[in-house]
Amino acid sequence: MTDEVILLNFWPSMFGMRTMIALQEKGVKYEYREEDLINNKSPLLLEMNPIHKKIPVLIHNGKPVCESIIQIQYIDEIWSNKNPFLPSDPYQRAQALFWADFIDKKLYVCGRKTWSTKGEEQEAATKEILEILKTLQSELGDKPYFGGDEFGFLDIALIGYYSWFPAYQKFGNFSIEPECSKLMAWGKRCMQRESVAKSLPDSEKVGGFILQLKKIYGIE
Amino acid sequence: MASGEVKLIGSWASVFVMRARIALHLKFISYEFLQETYGSKSELLLKSNPVHKKMPVLIHSDKPVCESNIIVQYIDDVWNSSGPSILPSHPYDRAIARFWAAYIDDKWFISLRSILTAQGEEETKAFIAQVEERTELLEKAFIDCSKGKLFFNGDHIGYLDIALGSFLGWLRVVELDANHKFLDETKTPSLTKWAERFCNDPAVKPIMPEITKLAEFARKLFPKPQG
Repeated sequence: MTDEVILLNFWPSMFGMRTMIALQEKGVKYEYREEDLINNKSPLLLEMNPIHKKIPVLIHNGKPVCESIIQIQYIDEIWSNKNPFLPSDPYQRAQALFWADFIDKKLYVCGRKTWSTKGEEQEAATKEILEILKTLQSELGDKPYFGGDEFGFLDIALIGYYSWFPAYQKFGNFSIEPECSKLMAWGKRCMQRESVAKSLPDSEKVGGFILQLKKIYGIE
Repeated sequence: MASGEVKLIGSWASVFVMRARIALHLKFISYEFLQETYGSKSELLLKSNPVHKKMPVLIHSDKPVCESNIIVQYIDDVWNSSGPSILPSHPYDRAIARFWAAYIDDKWFISLRSILTAQGEEETKAFIAQVEERTELLEKAFIDCSKGKLFFNGDHIGYLDIALGSFLGWLRVVELDANHKFLDETKTPSLTKWAERFCNDPAVKPIMPEITKLAEFARKLFPKPQG
C-alpha cells in the first residue's frame, strides 16, 4: 500500500521547514499545499487542525498530525528504516527534546520582537536573542551538528530559524556573527544538505514577507 | 542503563513534579525525593537546571533530565521492561497523546491558572467559560483516545493520563475557589469517571496532595486582593 502524505504549510514558517526537511531526509514523497494564512485558511486546514487552525499539518493516509516537533518524531518513528533523527540513547534523546523545547519557548517570541518592536524593547530583544543563540552555540560545542557527526533532530528543529537570521539582524540592527560564529558555520554546513537547501526560503524573500506583515499589522 | 541512583528534585504541591513521581511509581523505581523549600531554590536545583531553574529535575546516575513530559518519556525509555508502557505503542497514537499533552500545558492549564489570578468578576467569568470550553475538548479527546477503555492510554495509565491527571488536585482547588464544577457527571461524564479511577490508582493515590492542604498553599501562592 502506498502512503499518501500531504503537508499543509506556509512558506515562511520555520515550523513548516522542520517537517519539510524531515520528510525529505527520509525520502518520503509528499504533496505540498501552500496555505494562504493571511487571507483565507483552506477548509482542509480547518478540518485537520480544528483546535489551533495552524500550519504545518501533516496528513498521513487521511489522518492529521499537528505541531512540528511532534511531526518530526512521528516521521522518525514511521519511517524508521533510514536516517534516524533522535539518538537511540534515552539520555541523549531527553537532551535533544529539552533543547527543542527551549527553542520553542524562547527563540520564536524573541525573534519576532527584533522586527516588530522599537526602541528599548527592540534593544532588549536583540540582546536576549544573542544570549539564546550563545546558549545554543555552547550546546553545539565543537560538534559538526547538534546530533554529533550526523544531522539530526535538534538540527532540524533549529535550522529553519537560520533563514530568518538575516531579517532579524537587518530589522533589529544587530549582528549575530561576532558572538556566534560557530553557530553561523553550523548553519552554512546544514545548508549544504539538499533537504535544508530545498526547504529554507531565500532570506531576501523573508525580509519582504516581514515588510508585508508590518504593513498589515501597522507596525512601523 | 536502568541501574544507577535516582533522585527527584521537587515539591509535594507541584503538578509537574507529580508527573515524574507517577511515572517512577508505575515503573516501581525507588528514588530519593529532594523537596525544595517554598520561596527559595536549592544549589542543586540551580546547578541541575541552569537554563530554567525549575522543578522537577530527575537526576539519574548524576545526570539531570528536565521538563516533566520529557522526564516521563525518559523514564519510559530507560525502564522499558518494567511495568506497563507509558507511551502508546503506535506512532500515530503517540503523536495524538503528545498533541493533547501540549494542549493541556499550553492552553488548558493557562486558562485554569488565570482563574486564580483574575482581577474581578468579569475576568473570572471569562476564564471560567474558557476552561469549560477547553475541558469539553478534553472530554472528546478522552473518548477518542481511550476507545472504550479505562484510561486515555487504554487499560493502564499512560502519558496523557499522567499529563492531565496530575492537575486533578489543583483543578479541585480552583473549582472550590471559583465555586464552579468543571468535571461533572452531566457535562463531562467520561472524564469524571476517569478522574476517579486515576486518583484511586495505586501509583497515584499515595502522592495526590490533600485538597485542604493544597487550597491553603494556593492561598499563599495566589493571595486575594484586600477589600
